[in-house]
Amino acid sequence: MDIVKDRETFEKVQDYFKKSKEKKSSGFLNKILGTNNLGDIIFERLTLLFAVLVFLLVVFMAWEMYSHSTLSIKQFGWKFLINSTWDPAVTQVFGALPMIFGTMLSSFLGLLIAVPLGLSVAVFLSELAPAWLEKPLSFLTELLAGIPSVIYGLWGIFVLVPWLRDTVEPFLQNEFPNSPFFQGAPYGFGMLAAGLILSIMVLPIISSISRDVLKSVPDTQREAAFALGATRWEVTKIVLSNARSGLFGAIMLGFGRAIGETMAVTMVIGNRAQISASLLDPGYTMASVLANEFTEATTDLYLNALIELALVLFVITIIVNMLAHLLVWSTERKWK
Amino acid sequence: MEVINKAKSFTYYRRKVVNIIMLFFSFAAAIITIIPLILIFYYTISQGIAHLNVDFFTKLPTPVGEPGGGMVNAIVGTLILIGIGGAIGIPVGIMTGTYLSEFGKNKFGSLVRFLTDVLSGVPSIVVGVVAYTLVVIPMKHFSALAGGVALAILMIPTITRTTEEMIKLVPHSYREAGLALGIPKWKTTVMIVLKTAWKGIATGILLGLSRAAGETAPLLFTALGNRFWSTNIFQPIASLTVYIYEYSTAPFKDWNDQAWTAALVLIILISLLSLIFRIITRSKYKT
Repeated sequence: MDIVKDRETFEKVQDYFKKSKEKKSSGFLNKILGTNNLGDIIFERLTLLFAVLVFLLVVFMAWEMYSHSTLSIKQFGWKFLINSTWDPAVTQVFGALPMIFGTMLSSFLGLLIAVPLGLSVAVFLSELAPAWLEKPLSFLTELLAGIPSVIYGLWGIFVLVPWLRDTVEPFLQNEFPNSPFFQGAPYGFGMLAAGLILSIMVLPIISSISRDVLKSVPDTQREAAFALGATRWEVTKIVLSNARSGLFGAIMLGFGRAIGETMAVTMVIGNRAQISASLLDPGYTMASVLANEFTEATTDLYLNALIELALVLFVITIIVNMLAHLLVWSTERKWK
Repeated sequence: MEVINKAKSFTYYRRKVVNIIMLFFSFAAAIITIIPLILIFYYTISQGIAHLNVDFFTKLPTPVGEPGGGMVNAIVGTLILIGIGGAIGIPVGIMTGTYLSEFGKNKFGSLVRFLTDVLSGVPSIVVGVVAYTLVVIPMKHFSALAGGVALAILMIPTITRTTEEMIKLVPHSYREAGLALGIPKWKTTVMIVLKTAWKGIATGILLGLSRAAGETAPLLFTALGNRFWSTNIFQPIASLTVYIYEYSTAPFKDWNDQAWTAALVLIILISLLSLIFRIITRSKYKT
């Protein structure tokens, strides 16, 4: 008998729980969110709202620039990208080619110096340096990244440019009198100065991201190589090859920073819309045109052309950054 | 046998020499990297200190040719600009970061995470152009507000990502303890998780603010600059960075000198910001 009674009680209790569960899950809010607390719902929605805002911001930025450059897009079409005339004064013809060329050349020059140095620093910090040296060195390179761009420019104008004009450029012209890269009067202001300033500014980015990428390679890889009798450098080579897509991503991030860098470049590049093979000649970059001419744009077409230039720069940096982040992520995830 | 041994020892020495050379190169690279840092600091301090005086912090800029004067309007202007930027950027950054770490383990979360990374790579001058089309064109004149909006957009990625990373570091048991006491999730997140992560988040905010204080490009055609005293956020406003740009590219010796002083003051201002934040976060923790 007792067993039957127990059985009845058990079923009753079970029934009660079932009902209360149904009651809970039947709530409309519960169905969509899994909670009955109104505060929770409001809070989640609120944070979601801000996340959507950030998402929309990126889309909105592109739209904002597109809709304010329609005049120039209609007038020049795709020719905007391949026309080498930039003449706001007389004919009002705008072509972005000299600036695209200048942006690419100066960034390339910057990377040419910054990549070998930055990677070596990363190797030193992650593979070789003892802990007491690593921390202050990392701090110093990060300090370099924290200096405002305009201070680099100031230093460039009054220290780097005179040095280039009086020492480096005459030397280069003496050593390589026939090289097409070192023709023209040595002003100091020009592509070479821009490339050098960019290399200093991009270096901390490349070195700190590469260091993180190298550190994500597990120690077992190194131990295995050491166990086979490899030297330090040979072990490092193995680590480097394991991390190569991430390192490539770090370089791309540096490249993205270089093409968007504005103030320091504007202050030392000389600001002339021309395409010249000589590194001593003044040039122009997309960012520096914007910095220089935006407030001087007198006609609507001129302003539209400048905003279109910003849009082109935006699209290029977005693509470069997307690729870079995918590469860095792919390496760091590989070892997780 | 001897030939083999010779060959072996040659390879061995070659490997050793290559090893030493490469290690030396990587050490040398680390030293070379530090040189520009030292040079820039050396010049900024030695050139800037020559014209650093009380006038610089109390007087307005003088016209060309008239010596003396200061940049009090620019110092206040920079503070107002980063204030506006922070007032918009900090809440957006913290809320988005909270979403990403607490609710963002889905596709939309990864998308937003990816976009904030991409946003952090957008050149600051492009952000300036967007702020121009967004605020300056409708208002029909340059304003501190437009500059602040540009700085806010630049701050958002830094603050978002630090908030997310810092919240992730809070142990899961803290959340569980809160929930087990019957505290609703939002209260647990705000009063336990965010409070625990506050110190790290403050570092992110500081990083965002100090970077914003050093920005020039997005201010050139939004806040524009102002040679007079102004604290009206709907009018153009002066900033240290724009002054450095204008004064260093101008052909006047005394302006160039003042540019160096402005650069020194800017570096001091940024260091002070970090000091103040450190004191605030420390005292918050001890009590």
